Amino acid sequence: MEYIGEHLLPGKIGHFFAVLSLAASFVAMIAYFKATNAKTPEEERNWRKMGRIAFGIDVLAVFAVLFTIIYIVSSRYFEYNFVWEHSSRALPLNYLLACIWEAQEGSFLLWTIWLCVLGAILVRKAGKWEAPVMTVMTFALFCVATMILGIYVFGHNIGINPFILLREKMTGAPIFQRADYLSFPQMKDGQGLSALLQNYWMVIHPPILFLGFASTIVPFAYAIAGLWKKQYGEWTKIALPWTLFSACILGTGIMMGAAWAYESLSFAGYWAWDPVENASLVPWLIMVAGLHTQVVYNATGHSLRATYFFLITQFIMILYSTFLTRSGVLGDTSVHAFVDSGMNVQLGLFVLVFLFPAYILFIARYKKIPFIAKEEHSSSREFWMFIGSLILFLTSIFVIVSTSLPVINLFKKEKLATNDDPTFAYNRVVIFIAVLLGLLTAITQFLKYKQTSREYLVKKIGIPTVIAIVCSILVSVFGGINYDKYGAGFMVAIHLAMFAAIYAVVANAAYIYSGMRGKLKAAGASVAHVGFGLMLIGILFSSAKKEVLSHNTTGILLSFDPESKQDPLENITLLKGVRTDMGKYWTTFIDGDSVDPRSKAQYFHVRFEKKDGSRNFDLYPHWLKSSKGQQQISANPDKYHYFDRDIFSYITAADNPEQHRGDTVQFRSHPVTIGDTIFYSKGLIILDSVVFNPEKYHFGPGDTAFMAKLRVISKDSMHYTATPVYSVKGNQAQFIQDTVFAQNLAFRFNGLAGGRKIDLGVKESGAMIPFVALKVYEFPQINILWIGTIIMIIGFIMSLVWRRRQARVLERTEGSLAVTERSEGYARGGA
Amino acid sequence: MKKVQIIILVAIAVAVATLISFMGNLSTYETIASARQKPGKTVTIIAHLDNKLPIEYDPVKNPNYVSFHITDTLGGTAKVVYHFEKPYDLEKAERVTLKGKMNGDVFEISRKDGILLKCPSKYKDDPNAAKKELTQN
Repeated sequence: MEYIGEHLLPGKIGHFFAVLSLAASFVAMIAYFKATNAKTPEEERNWRKMGRIAFGIDVLAVFAVLFTIIYIVSSRYFEYNFVWEHSSRALPLNYLLACIWEAQEGSFLLWTIWLCVLGAILVRKAGKWEAPVMTVMTFALFCVATMILGIYVFGHNIGINPFILLREKMTGAPIFQRADYLSFPQMKDGQGLSALLQNYWMVIHPPILFLGFASTIVPFAYAIAGLWKKQYGEWTKIALPWTLFSACILGTGIMMGAAWAYESLSFAGYWAWDPVENASLVPWLIMVAGLHTQVVYNATGHSLRATYFFLITQFIMILYSTFLTRSGVLGDTSVHAFVDSGMNVQLGLFVLVFLFPAYILFIARYKKIPFIAKEEHSSSREFWMFIGSLILFLTSIFVIVSTSLPVINLFKKEKLATNDDPTFAYNRVVIFIAVLLGLLTAITQFLKYKQTSREYLVKKIGIPTVIAIVCSILVSVFGGINYDKYGAGFMVAIHLAMFAAIYAVVANAAYIYSGMRGKLKAAGASVAHVGFGLMLIGILFSSAKKEVLSHNTTGILLSFDPESKQDPLENITLLKGVRTDMGKYWTTFIDGDSVDPRSKAQYFHVRFEKKDGSRNFDLYPHWLKSSKGQQQISANPDKYHYFDRDIFSYITAADNPEQHRGDTVQFRSHPVTIGDTIFYSKGLIILDSVVFNPEKYHFGPGDTAFMAKLRVISKDSMHYTATPVYSVKGNQAQFIQDTVFAQNLAFRFNGLAGGRKIDLGVKESGAMIPFVALKVYEFPQINILWIGTIIMIIGFIMSLVWRRRQARVLERTEGSLAVTERSEGYARGGA
Repeated sequence: MKKVQIIILVAIAVAVATLISFMGNLSTYETIASARQKPGKTVTIIAHLDNKLPIEYDPVKNPNYVSFHITDTLGGTAKVVYHFEKPYDLEKAERVTLKGKMNGDVFEISRKDGILLKCPSKYKDDPNAAKKELTQN
């Protein structure tokens, strides 16, 4: 059948380039492989030249694929499955890229692009390591290229073709029986980007995270190159900037995800030990372990074997994480993971084709990797750095095994799941690791390589230790950490960890002065450690003291759900214009408004007034409704920043405010006595009785409460009851309003009027009173976490610059030597 | 034996002990019927939302009470009570993972993260959802 109005050419071009990139990366891999194993310099040069050309073609092809996708998305060619599924006409242009990497195939493309960029840098800079390193890189490029291939071989689907047409994917759908299917309304627009993802973080977080993911291959490739060329210890200095770069970017990407989750998603926190979060944390931990052993080897000659192991394992973990998050295995345990897209075998193979060769090579050459027989002295820096790396590694093993439960379940009969408190299962372990890491971070910098004398250590670390002890005692006493939810043991651990974290900050800050004499250029590591310590402090504070403010203590109709009394009531309902009691605050829902018709964002204006009058502020939490198809809603929180804490609030439910334009009705006050009748537009209200100290509100002995029992009889002779309460609690008047929503009535017991009368406020709205249900948290000291993160990143960059300079000096001096050495080597090999 | 080796052995022993205690604390996946056999014990159920019965949630009355009904592949049914706000896409979720305790006929979830739905963005990769979308409009 000839279909009308399709644009098939871009798809053909795009797919051609996807196939070309696969072929080119394969040729490049072979060529670089041959170059690595070449016997003469001339042979090596020829193969390398071919490798470079093939790699260059690959880079061009990959970018051509990217531009073709951008073209079809921005041209709104909805006949393409990719465009139809991930974009829509209403999508603002700045989310165009976001919708590309939202997709499974698009995020693989992003990975490929970064691999190309890193590869291009390596071709220019890697020098004699180019051939083996690029063999690994091009092999990875080849593997990732298969992910966007989308061809069928023996009935198996290899990769997802981003240029597949919707009618090719949904072959069964009846509308494709028509040649003019593109004129149908459902083909006029796409599904759009999920409302949840329409956020500037979605534009920036994935590229950074994927740069981190992609860059982990470089230290891995150097390690493989070292084993392969049997030049075991020669690459560690020049590859150190790469390890730093990778740890820096991956860490930044992870923390950006945390910031995104905290800032604009209603996950109510920045870290939840979700499997997808863990999957990127684990390689980072191992990378950091490898980074430390690599530094140790460069300085002392110890820990080379460990360096190999860590740098290989971190990349295998990256691949394994990719498998976990993209195969759909985590479907029942993670909120973020992709659903199964039929690529499980391919993703599994992706792990194995790296895992087996890498570890086999490592094991085969293990004995030949040089090591120093004499043990590290237990007062030496290298010894404790190694211990720290070991702890990081074991932590990562704990996290990854716990995260892999769904994979373990595949092989088991009795399926296991996490307990109903999964975060505590991690926290109770990680808290002790935080103690150990904090202490090691604090002390190890003061140790010298090889051996440290006791006097030196005491002299250097004495003052920081005292300062840290004093600070942490102050924090423990006045910081208000009283997190006894999990018993005293856990609370003690929190205090210990707090000390360790403070110690890490103080000691490293002191080291910049005393150890490095303020020589900032070389102090990157100490700066990063200060940042790390601050992060720990921020994490401990904000998690241990996170508080739900929106306890529904005096909301409306308290007794509706009798079972919920023992449970936390985290949401509070606010009626429009009704000032409601929320613990330390009065809150009023002022207005709900649609601001941007394109994104369908709806802002809710909520006023917070501190009861002691010290502060009033407005928050505008909003939510986004996706315009198309499934009515998705995504709540975006709003925060008020105190310098030492955030008040964090988001909408959990609301009615449609569009129906209530101009509802400005206020409570009208009626002085009534028992038996009196008040008329309203649709009937009458009778005050039946006033109950003194009603039992169900559990007031204390010193408090007084009155509950008015009202009967509402509407014109259609329906009866309703309402029981607003007025109470005095510790000299403060409190109101518990009641509503009869069927009649659009709200009641407030304003107090006692003279002459046995009570003051009853009645509010009758034209339509149902708009409301929002809202959740409010207080996160103390959250800023310390973000500041710490930024300082850590700065520290990474500082040491990256410093180490790069060192490596460059090394390359220059080695370069002249290497040429002679190498030609001698070839001569010998040839003979 | 070197002290590094001793430390490694100790560390591995600690790690193994931690993992074993982690495993010991795990709950089990149950069907609705088998969860009934274990009242008061925290279990995990994977079930479908019963679309024939309404989801009860009235945030005006009580924003902290949601109840709905589930069925599982073995035909068991149960009412679920969740003491938090209604997850946004609950009615659209084809499959839900629930962690809680069976209490008589009611499955009680007392923690916020006791309901796991897929991230809405991830539904889109599900071919069934897209197919439905195409034929519905």
